[in-house]
Amino acid sequence: MAEAHNPLEQFVIQTWIPIKIGDFDASFTNSSAFMLLAVIAAIALMVFAVRPRAGVPGRWQLLAELSYQFIAKMVSDNIGKEGRPYFPFVFSIFMFVLFGNLIGMIPYTFTFTSHIAVTLAMALVIFFMVTIIAFIKHGFHFFSFFLPAGVPIVLAPLMVAIEVISYFTRPFSLSVRLFANMMAGHTLLKVIGGFVVPLGIFGVVPIAGLVGVMGLEFLIAFLQAYIFTILTCIYINDAIHMH
Amino acid sequence: MPQLDITTFSPQIIWLFITFIILYVLMAKVALPRIGNILEQRQARIDDNLNAAQNLRNEATADAEAYDKSLADAREQARTAIYEATQEMSDESARRHEELGSRLSGEIKAAEERISEAKEAAVSGIREAAESVASVATERLIGVVPGDDAVQLAIAAALEASGKGTAK
Repeated sequence: MAEAHNPLEQFVIQTWIPIKIGDFDASFTNSSAFMLLAVIAAIALMVFAVRPRAGVPGRWQLLAELSYQFIAKMVSDNIGKEGRPYFPFVFSIFMFVLFGNLIGMIPYTFTFTSHIAVTLAMALVIFFMVTIIAFIKHGFHFFSFFLPAGVPIVLAPLMVAIEVISYFTRPFSLSVRLFANMMAGHTLLKVIGGFVVPLGIFGVVPIAGLVGVMGLEFLIAFLQAYIFTILTCIYINDAIHMH
Repeated sequence: MPQLDITTFSPQIIWLFITFIILYVLMAKVALPRIGNILEQRQARIDDNLNAAQNLRNEATADAEAYDKSLADAREQARTAIYEATQEMSDESARRHEELGSRLSGEIKAAEERISEAKEAAVSGIREAAESVASVATERLIGVVPGDDAVQLAIAAALEASGKGTAK
């Protein structure tokens, strides 16, 4: 990245191993590599750090147990008992996004959550999954979701329109929120970083700013993973319990 | 903006699915059940230990209560023993007192009897003395020896008159 002065350069997808299945491009790219790395890191934490079955957990095991309890509580608070079957899915979403965001914080790495293709694909999977769950649980009663109980009949057309729009914008708001946050943060770091060398001795000012923004970015990395996960929980809850 | 390069979408999405499915399967089948087990077992162990502690505490409380009870019992026993002993002693002293009293009154009675016997003996001695004195005096005075019967009668009458006559 040495001579790359374009702050968006860091988001470029580079093909490492070209793979073609017919006309379909399935190349192994830097994005794929970091997805794999995030998954390996998550598995290392959740599977290998938990090896010792001691009564008193070590540091890494404690971290794994805390993650488990954190998401388990989120699922039971937002969905309730019926949320139990979706716990592994919600947990995987959280781990995937969190490790993607955190590994992306290391300089010279690639942040796959800063790509709309990835976040939108995840959001659409969640959206279709949730819609299918709602249809299985409630059948055609599902459509009552778009007209909350107790609404005056005069307002019904307006309410239905609003609810339908808000329902179908869910995957987009979910994906854009994560992608835009990650992209904006990394772009900002790159832009501020670009000022350091040209300012010479006064470069310490943008460096101090960078340190602050870096801390903020770590917070955002966690926060966006949390928001993505909790919204997933809320959508699943809507599907199971309707309004 | 590299994010909007449509040609990169298919490799990103295909690898997203591959890696996410690996993660999901390992989490759902291995990691989460295992951690859930560990947490459950630990909770069970903690609950067991707490129960054991509660049981021990209950036992200790019961022991302390038993100790207090035996102490109170012993105290009660001692009190009854003291009370009984006091009662016995006071009974004994009353009994002895009574015994002594009856013995003393018996002795007093016997003494009184002896005294009255002695008195009677004395009285009858006096009478005999009076009779002999009377007959001797009579003989000296008038030279006549009175008959025993007459003297006896006169003495008895005199004694009767003076109010000092006895039952005899």
